[in-house]
Formats: sequence, C-alpha cells, structure tokens
Amino acid sequence: MQEAITETHRTQWALVVAVLARRYGDLDVAEEAAAEAFATAVERWPSDGVPVNPGGWLMTTANRKAIDRVRRESKRDAKYREAQLVIDDEPHEFLGAIDDERLRLVFTCCHPALGMESRMALTLRMVGGLTVAEIARAFLVQEPAMARRITRAKDKIRLARIPFRVPSAEDLPVRVTGVLAVLYLIFNEGYLATGVDTDPVRDDLTAEAIRLVRLIRRLLPDDGEVAGLLALMLLTEARRPARMSPSGELVTIDEQDRRAWDSRLIAEGHQLVRERLESGLPPGRYQVLAAINAVHTSALEIHDTDWSQVVALYDQLAYLDPSPIVALNRAIAIGELDGPAVGLSIVEPLGPALEGYHAFHAARADLLRRLDRLREARSEYERAIELSGNSAQASALARRRDRLARD
Amino acid sequence: MHYLVSVIDDGQALAAGDDYSATPEEDAAIDAFNAQLVADGRWVFAGGLGMPDSATTIDNRGAAPVVTDGPFLESKEFVAGFWILDAPDLDVALKLGTEASKACNRKIEVRPVLAAPE
Repeated sequence: MQEAITETHRTQWALVVAVLARRYGDLDVAEEAAAEAFATAVERWPSDGVPVNPGGWLMTTANRKAIDRVRRESKRDAKYREAQLVIDDEPHEFLGAIDDERLRLVFTCCHPALGMESRMALTLRMVGGLTVAEIARAFLVQEPAMARRITRAKDKIRLARIPFRVPSAEDLPVRVTGVLAVLYLIFNEGYLATGVDTDPVRDDLTAEAIRLVRLIRRLLPDDGEVAGLLALMLLTEARRPARMSPSGELVTIDEQDRRAWDSRLIAEGHQLVRERLESGLPPGRYQVLAAINAVHTSALEIHDTDWSQVVALYDQLAYLDPSPIVALNRAIAIGELDGPAVGLSIVEPLGPALEGYHAFHAARADLLRRLDRLREARSEYERAIELSGNSAQASALARRRDRLARD
Repeated sequence: MHYLVSVIDDGQALAAGDDYSATPEEDAAIDAFNAQLVADGRWVFAGGLGMPDSATTIDNRGAAPVVTDGPFLESKEFVAGFWILDAPDLDVALKLGTEASKACNRKIEVRPVLAAPE
C-alpha cells in the first residue's frame, strides 16, 4: 500500500500541481490542494483500496480541495482574482498536453527573476514533490527558514506576475540552460556534500535531480545539453558506491574500486554520450563533461585511462568555459599525460585565481609529490586540508599527506 | 498590469558633476525607446528626478509634521528617474527593462505596482 502511494506520488505530484496551478492561476492553491489530496490518499487507500485510476482519483480529489480553498479566499479577498498567474493556453506542437503542463511548472519554478536558492527549493517542492522538511534537511537549513524561502518565491511569482508558460522559441534555449543549471546545482548539493558532517539524506538529492532531468529529457528529447546533463549525472552517480571508504573517507577516482561502480548507470550514460557523438552537432558544456566522465568510466583500471582523450576534451571544455577551475582540471589531466613537471607548470599560474580553493592545493601537492618535492607537497596538503569544506575530504587529504613519509 | 522601472544612478551624476547626467547619446536612445513604448501601448508615465539633495522628507504620523531636508535614505546609489509601464506579465516587463537599461545606460530595477483593490 505504502508502495502504491509512493509510486503515485512520484509519477503524479507534478502533474496535479501543474494542472491546478493553470486552472486556478495560483501556485499556492495548487500546492496545498495537491498536498491535501495525497494526505487523504494516505488516510483512505489502506481501508478503501487503491483506486482503479490513482492519478485520476488524486486529480479529482485535489481539484475539490482547490475549489474549497478558492471559495474561502474569494469571499475574503476580492482582489485575489487580480493576482493570478498569467497563463499561455496555446498547446505547443512538440509536446503532448500532459508534458506541456509539467513543463510550464518547471519553467515557472526556474524563472530567472527568482534567486538560485529559491529556484532550487521551489523546483524540489513543486516539481519534485519533496516536503518542506525534506528540502530544509537537504540544504542544511531550519525548516521555518526554508518555508519562508518558498513562501517568498511564491509571493513573488504572484505579485510580479511571473507567467506560467513554456517560453517562446526565441527564449527557449536560454531558459532551458537556466533549468539545467538549477538541476545540476541540486545534484551537486547532494553529491559534493558541502557540510562538515555529511548527511546521508543528501543521496535523495542526487536521485531527485536525475529523476527531474529524465523528466525534462522526455519533454525535450532533442536537446543535446539535456541529454548531456543526464549522462553526466548518471556517470557521476555510478561511481558513488566506490566514493566513500568504510571509515567515511572520500576516495578519489584513481584509488576507487572500479568493480563497485554501477555498471547499469554507466551503460546508460555511455549510450547517451554515443548518441550525442553520432548526432554530429557541436556539444555544449554538459555534453563535454559527460564525455570526460565516459572516458574515465571506460577504463577498468586507472592505468587504462585514455588521458590523451581526456586532455582533448578538456581543451574543448576550456574553450566553452574558460574558468580557472576547468583550467585546473585540464592541467591535472596533462600532468597524467605528459608528466608532473608539465602539469605543474600549467597549475602554477592559476594560483592567484584559485588560492582559496582546496582542489588547487591538493592538485599542486600531488604533482609536487610525484616530483619528489616532498616538503613542499606536505605544506600544500596542509593548506588543502585547511580549506577543505567537509570532513570526508579532509581525512582523505590527511591520509595522502601522511603517506608522504612512507613513500 | 503596471510595473515601476526605476533608473539607478551609481555614480554617473557625480562623474558628470551635474544633476542631469545623461549624455546627448543617452538622451537620444531614451527618446527612441519612449517612442517605441508609446507605439506598442506600453507607456503609462515616465520622468527624471531631481538629485536626492532636492528631496524633502515629511513624517506626519505624530502630533505635528516633522519636515526634514533631504531623502529618507542616504545612499551612494539613488533613483534618478523612472518609467511606469504597462505589461501583461513579468517576462514582458523584464524584456522592456532590459531595453530600458540599454537605452538609458544605467542599472534599472523592475517592480510590480500592486493592483488596486476592487
């Protein structure tokens, strides 16, 4: 029973919210009615049995709740009707009606006029169906603070009239990029665990981000960057089982037990990367990142890694995204291909830009160690540990430092 | 629905050494933008404002009005002018705001004007 409810929640939540938001022109009404309908299901289904059409049952129940609320509100507040979502009812040729509903919801939640943190929270709540408590836990903030953030975002949507629509063809590429940025941040929030103590709940964030990108991919199947981001997430997620040692230490890719990687996710990720390559279209940032991860996950041993391929892809990435962090990763790959002296000569000039970034010092430390400059390597590991944002990473760096003496 | 589009001066008046800091090129671009707003039915009202020094602040919530020389808020950035625009939703308002920023060569802020209660 619990499973039936969870499954229905997973597949129907966003659609119920989206349909009601369009029908009543108010995200708040839609969210509350959907939540009440699911609460009713939890209460009634165990005794009444699961309805023949669970999605239809929920939509009908939620609709009734919404009507009740709108009646209450319209008595209280006549100007309520003024503050409605602006809806574009024209169906888009490339989508079915259901997909269109959900896509509107995604674009509203990821609107560029909302702050990035609000976009992430709103997307997880409205599209992902996570509770406010779950979202608060995932972002390590108190529940009332998260509730306020979501309420503020909903208020802005209503007051400033952020429209509930799929953007025009002209605006679509930029807006899709914005949606993908939100989903990638949600994924990284779960994967990189910036807190001092890693909360296991954050695994839910990576899973949720993947689920949302799958949804976007169903809605926009021809978008290369959507496919690229999905592949990137799958190939990253595939390595998660090998990423943490039993003692809670972060294991870097060169030391991971590759047999622990999830071969099913890798196969799916590789398939997506192949599809994009076969399209012959120039790849965007996510597609190149996915391709880099495909090279890494193709090697059964770290020594089998095709570093020339990795470097070529980083060259391409540096062209699309000339940031110092990309330059650092490119330098690390060059260090593997052409040796630590060459790698170090490219890392050094990045110092002014990346002085406060732990990975810069960790990379420098590794290269110095390989050049037998052990004293400098040690002080660089120390600096990286100081700057490291989480304990799993710090203990992995400490182990590398302590190994210097034995080498 | 109406939106207030405020023009933010963040040092231009100071650099020009004058209350009215727009260059002739900026004036021409603003005129063209305004003409387009009128033609598209987006124009409601617009105006340039005197420097904050020319403001008078009044608080008449107590027994007698308190009149103060100067703006209610002293800050380096200030509103130097504004448009009231008519737009169906924020996407349209932001598009116009983007053009406005280009035309007046200043940072701008877009804010919804609340609908009057019925």
